[in-house]
Amino acid sequence: MEVMDDRFVSGGFQTSKLDAVLGWARKFSIFQYPFVTACCGMEYMSTACSHYDVDRFGAGLPRFSPRQSDVLFVVGTISHKLAPVLKQIYDQMADPKWVVAFGVCTCTGGFYDNYATVQGIDTLLPVDVYIPGCPPRPENVIDGLIKLQEKIQNQKQEV
Amino acid sequence: MNDLHLTLQAQFPDDVLEVHNHFGDETAVVRREKIQEIAAWIKKNELFDLNVLIDLTAVDGSELKWKPRFEVVYHFYSVRKNHRLRLKVRADEKDSVPTLTGLWPIANWFEREVWDMFGIRFEGHPDLRRILLYPEFTGHPLRKDYPVNKRHPLIGPKN
Ligand code: SF4
Repeated sequence: MEVMDDRFVSGGFQTSKLDAVLGWARKFSIFQYPFVTACCGMEYMSTACSHYDVDRFGAGLPRFSPRQSDVLFVVGTISHKLAPVLKQIYDQMADPKWVVAFGVCTCTGGFYDNYATVQGIDTLLPVDVYIPGCPPRPENVIDGLIKLQEKIQNQKQEV
Repeated sequence: MNDLHLTLQAQFPDDVLEVHNHFGDETAVVRREKIQEIAAWIKKNELFDLNVLIDLTAVDGSELKWKPRFEVVYHFYSVRKNHRLRLKVRADEKDSVPTLTGLWPIANWFEREVWDMFGIRFEGHPDLRRILLYPEFTGHPLRKDYPVNKRHPLIGPKN
């Protein structure tokens, strides 16, 4: 969805809606918080590094403080022991915030159907985008990221 | 290879209950009360010289109708001689096994893990707490009678 066109660049003016402009700004300045616990982290790293380069989508700057980040990337198996920590990180993030479940472990618990593992982080937090795969390929992650951008663009923007 | 199990049996005829050698894995089942004494002996003895406790774990034989129910398994290795020996002791739920913490400090964490997963007590252990799971967890998940679907979530839905 095009928010602004060439007339804006060439010195004319452009009418738009505040929601659309804010969405456009927000979707290209995703500061992510990578909550990396397991093997999916490797694929997260390869997606983030130069070969696949998520910086093209404005998501290249991971913040390691939840207060500075917009998107919580939950990457890897979440155990019941760790669940309160994840919830606390989520609660510390400032609004607006989004959550991405990266890998089947975070989507459903994956094949760890046992005493130790949370059966999907959506039992603890609201999740915006699920990226399946064990681990998901970088293309898959970028697909998920673009879906998240669409969602951010089209939602009602809280100011 | 070196028939360490047979040598051990000759040395402690009353305390070694059973020996076998399966494809070179020399194993001796010893009396529970004597494990400290025998472990100290094989650590010091010139011929055995087993200075590393590689692993300490347990097996729940309740579905195989073992009496007593558990076997605690010790794997020893000699760095200088490059040979191994496995010791086993048998224990029931109410029994406690003498600790090897005084001989190998690593036994501290191994024994805590066995307590955590199987609920076998170690007599004389300085700090027998759960090591992997959280204190709120009840039960011992690697016991065969632990229900597969039983969860102890700290937050989120209970099952
Ligand atoms: S989804 Fe697969 S790769 Fe990712 S954390 Fe789980 S087991 Fe590891």
